[in-house]
Amino acid sequence: MVLDDPAARDAQARDDAPWQHDKSKDELEHIGKPIRKIDARSKVSGLTQFADDLTMPRMLHMKLLRSTKAHAEIAHIDTSKAEALDGVKGILTGKDMPTPFGILPVSQDEHALCPDQVRFVGDPVVAIAATEEEIAWDACRLVEVDYRELRTIGGVHEAADNDEPRLHDYGVRGNIHRLENLEFGDMADGFDRADHTREDTFFFEGNTHLPMEQHASLAHFDKDGKLTIWSSTQTPHYLHRALARVLHPLPANRIRVIACPNGGGFGGKSDPFNHEICAAKMSMLTGRPVKVALTREEVFWCHRGRHPVLMRSKIGVSKTGKITALDFHSFLDGGAYGSYGTASTFYTGALQTVTYAVENYHFRGARFFTNKAPCGPKRGHGTVQPRFALEVQLDKVACDLGIDPAKMRLDNLAPRESVTANYLRIGSMGLGACIEKVVEGSGWNERRGKKEMTADGRIRGLGIACSSYLSGAGLPIYWNGMPHSGVQLQLDRSGLCTLFCGSTDIGQGSDSVLGWIVGEVLGINPLDIKVVTSDTDLTPVDLGSYSSRVTVMTGNAAMQAAERAREIIAKGVSKKIDVPASRLVFAEGRVFDAENPETTMTFMEAVGIAEAKMGTIGTVGSYTPPKTAAKFRGGGVGPSPSYSYSATVVEVEVDPDTGIYSVPKVWMAHDIGRALNAAIAMGQIEGSIYMGLGEAMMEEMAYRDRSHKGQRVFLHKIPSMLEYKSPSALEMPDCTTYVIEDPDKNGPFGAKEVGQGPLLPIMPAVANAVFDAVGVRVDENPISFEKVFAALEAKKNGKDARFGPAPDASGIPSVDFGESLKIKTPWQGGDGTASNDPHRTKKAKK
Amino acid sequence: MLRLPKFAYHTPKNAPDAVRIAKEHGGEAMYVAGGTDLYPNMKRRHQTPAQVISLRDVPELHAMEVLPDGRLQIGAMVTLTTLEHYPHLLAHYAGFAHAVREISTPLLRNMGTIGGNLLLDTRCTYYDQSHEWRESIDYCMKKDGAICWVAPGSPRCWAVQSSDTVPVVCAMDAEIELADENGVRTIKADDLYQDDGIKYLTKKPEELLTKITLPAPGNWKASYLKLRRRDTYDFPVLGVGACLWFAEDGTIEKANVRLGGAGSYAMPATATEKVLVGKKLTDEVIAEAGAAALKPARTMDNTDLDVYWRKKVAPVYVARALKACE
Repeated sequence: MVLDDPAARDAQARDDAPWQHDKSKDELEHIGKPIRKIDARSKVSGLTQFADDLTMPRMLHMKLLRSTKAHAEIAHIDTSKAEALDGVKGILTGKDMPTPFGILPVSQDEHALCPDQVRFVGDPVVAIAATEEEIAWDACRLVEVDYRELRTIGGVHEAADNDEPRLHDYGVRGNIHRLENLEFGDMADGFDRADHTREDTFFFEGNTHLPMEQHASLAHFDKDGKLTIWSSTQTPHYLHRALARVLHPLPANRIRVIACPNGGGFGGKSDPFNHEICAAKMSMLTGRPVKVALTREEVFWCHRGRHPVLMRSKIGVSKTGKITALDFHSFLDGGAYGSYGTASTFYTGALQTVTYAVENYHFRGARFFTNKAPCGPKRGHGTVQPRFALEVQLDKVACDLGIDPAKMRLDNLAPRESVTANYLRIGSMGLGACIEKVVEGSGWNERRGKKEMTADGRIRGLGIACSSYLSGAGLPIYWNGMPHSGVQLQLDRSGLCTLFCGSTDIGQGSDSVLGWIVGEVLGINPLDIKVVTSDTDLTPVDLGSYSSRVTVMTGNAAMQAAERAREIIAKGVSKKIDVPASRLVFAEGRVFDAENPETTMTFMEAVGIAEAKMGTIGTVGSYTPPKTAAKFRGGGVGPSPSYSYSATVVEVEVDPDTGIYSVPKVWMAHDIGRALNAAIAMGQIEGSIYMGLGEAMMEEMAYRDRSHKGQRVFLHKIPSMLEYKSPSALEMPDCTTYVIEDPDKNGPFGAKEVGQGPLLPIMPAVANAVFDAVGVRVDENPISFEKVFAALEAKKNGKDARFGPAPDASGIPSVDFGESLKIKTPWQGGDGTASNDPHRTKKAKK
Repeated sequence: MLRLPKFAYHTPKNAPDAVRIAKEHGGEAMYVAGGTDLYPNMKRRHQTPAQVISLRDVPELHAMEVLPDGRLQIGAMVTLTTLEHYPHLLAHYAGFAHAVREISTPLLRNMGTIGGNLLLDTRCTYYDQSHEWRESIDYCMKKDGAICWVAPGSPRCWAVQSSDTVPVVCAMDAEIELADENGVRTIKADDLYQDDGIKYLTKKPEELLTKITLPAPGNWKASYLKLRRRDTYDFPVLGVGACLWFAEDGTIEKANVRLGGAGSYAMPATATEKVLVGKKLTDEVIAEAGAAALKPARTMDNTDLDVYWRKKVAPVYVARALKACE
């Protein structure tokens, strides 16, 4: 573990920083220290209760019968044989829950059970509850479903070329779900002024979250007419909303969602799911608690992971590599439903501008419906694929111009405290420090391009890449003016401080973050604080554990609540001991008079005094992100209170005879603003490296599609832990991690995100390292052995030393994106609105 | 994953009893050794024996001894962990010991046995799937279905030989002992297998594999080289077993090269063998012998990794396996 030198930080900036809340303390007591998570011992001793650990008396077990057809109309469902099976207590079909739902208001296209059409193998059709899980499974086998099969849509090309049959009766047209076309600045001028232009085509295959915990839920509709559901969800608030919608007229205030600790989520538990809604409905139907625990295969059907994205990027640069124009196309294979896909589409065009200054920028994105498990948000949501494209392309540009790729990146950094071409507001920006660290640590300047040979004849290479990610989405997923996060504190004479917050710990440590922040402000041991989270009956709304939003948003809310509590206690103590409240210091579990430290009392005594003087003590805090600068349609995706930055150097060893390579070493620097807990932050960084390497080297949501041969085989190729290849401990390289602290004014104690950003640069860095080693480009992720080999063969045969989608227009679906929304950049005097948006103009007139 | 289907569990105390129970129940019975292959398959309903005969309590199957003529005889129930730590094996059968270590994980090797590994079910990405998955493709001919999805026009099943020990024991000319109610017979390892994904074994179902006998150390050297994506627990997508017999001057008198993971049995790379015999193991000969393996490497699209690539790297792997016989 290597930490950035705190002395090197700008002392002036630190003193002036509004987030350095307690100037009376020289040192922070808990923040930044490697203290253990508040739930660490329960977790490691196996005592944490995950959703699948829960049981209730008279509990039924539910199984879902899922579609065996990739695309079909449901002609008829006969459940009579299943009903007759001994032990079966309830059966649901689509007609029992006719109201559609979906995570985004613009795509309410899912049903708890498909009423009339199935759209992929795995789409649920019937739910059966029985006294035993095996009986429910057997009963599912007795259900007869008559399907009328429809032609399947297998990918973006097929979707672009075939308007019929449509998967959904909404969207742009045919099977095009979304089309976006945003133009910032003057593209013609940007390319005119470029000294060098290149155009590349990339493909990023889909991959999935693969959390250790398979989704499970327990629902109980009690005799008092209230529904409780315990579930492995990252977003209890959104599940609450979906349940209220589908179970109408059951009012939301009679529905209680409790998110259990998640055994990993990574975005895969962020949508409301069929099995959750079915379990709730089934409990209402049977009057008994209903449990559903998905199999590993079913987790693959739930998916919502990385979109397969085909990309074309045209870049114009000056002689020194300064980006004058970037023209970016993305084509997303969305799978069967909308999910977060609208946001995903925008995200493929959002963050290109926050790492390097881009003068003029044109983004076109299209998302298609296909007969696959729906795609959605996975760690790095939608920004991972374009980051791969951009960072590999920059490496090629540097190669074309003969510039060191690290230096070119340093020369192009987006300025701190600036607004980008697409109106994203950058605050603190530590990417330069990140690049310098990994360049130094890896011996980049000495070792790059040297083609060192290992004893067994493999060739070493180094690759660099950078990235940025948001610390929480600036806008909620459904339009509202309410806070994104709320925290409530309750303190009493026992000295106990109980914190209530709607956020969900998915293993990242968000419960602990709340404890550390409140512990710091109140000067008490974080492990003494009782943290109650993710229970819609008890805790204030937090939007959920997604988009790396929790530390910044709940952290700020917790800080506000804690500061308010401290104020109340200080007021009480001040009256009692006749010392001005401003002189009181809260530290070490005590309250001190700063001028006479011998005048002191325990925190418990202080709370007791305040309780006597002021009555029962409770405070609240909430957080709403700053208003965004982007006012154009589509500008809602991308803005964030702050952006984290990462840089990595990856070392590979490539066997030139087979294309097989390994990654022995990774250097990663991440600008986290401020590490609230350096050890946990490093865990997140190393976890990102691991997950990134999985994506880079092997992971694929591959499908068996034999429909072109006239065969009805179109389903996930390998839905198992053994055959969906993900790295094991053996593939995990030695990592050197640098935590760079460039505090941001919008973060609690200056903190920014760390959960997702460090994943992004791994894949392009691996591709760039392979090039450094053996001189071939793999423009397609994963960078699997076969592709390296194919590129080596191409090179050997005198062809383009590359593997990837066709570099010309033939590899790109033909889609008419229509007229672009034209937005002047800030440096053109723009105000964040589009000059040609009839939709917005009409609205404004009203 | 589903739980195990219901079955009767037998614990015979000797081999004749085990064989008798198997015979009694005919096709309904299966032997279980370590259970690391059978039980997961039963959970997915690949095999659903109503009678399972455990071999754990059969003492003679746990024995291992060096015979007076120097051959090594290993009981079918000897665990892979025991083998990989057995000093005599490490000293005299490095290639075979390496193959044992390449099998799955330490945990699986603690349970898995040599007998079980030799009889490992063939594998296929259309077959090693949950019941629901197979239901969606209307099954395949290896279980419950009519056609082979790997080659729909083909009358046979193309599931892949996936044991790590089989290619090397076949190359070594090891001997297999089989017992049934009529007594014991010994066959060459090669003769236990045949080129069919379903009937990949020549033995009768009730025949019990009791022992494997490895040749006495001598003028030969064997090696095993495994191709797979992850070196932790993946099955082989290519497993090269090689064994070369040398004359005193280093001339190769006999060569056996078997390709696992490239067909439904450990296929002999005959052309490679021909190149080797009568020559010394120089780099040129190794390269030529490796190249000759391209044709027999009959890869199909039913394992991990690209079918074309697997074929193209087979010569590299064969050459490297031969190099290890130096």
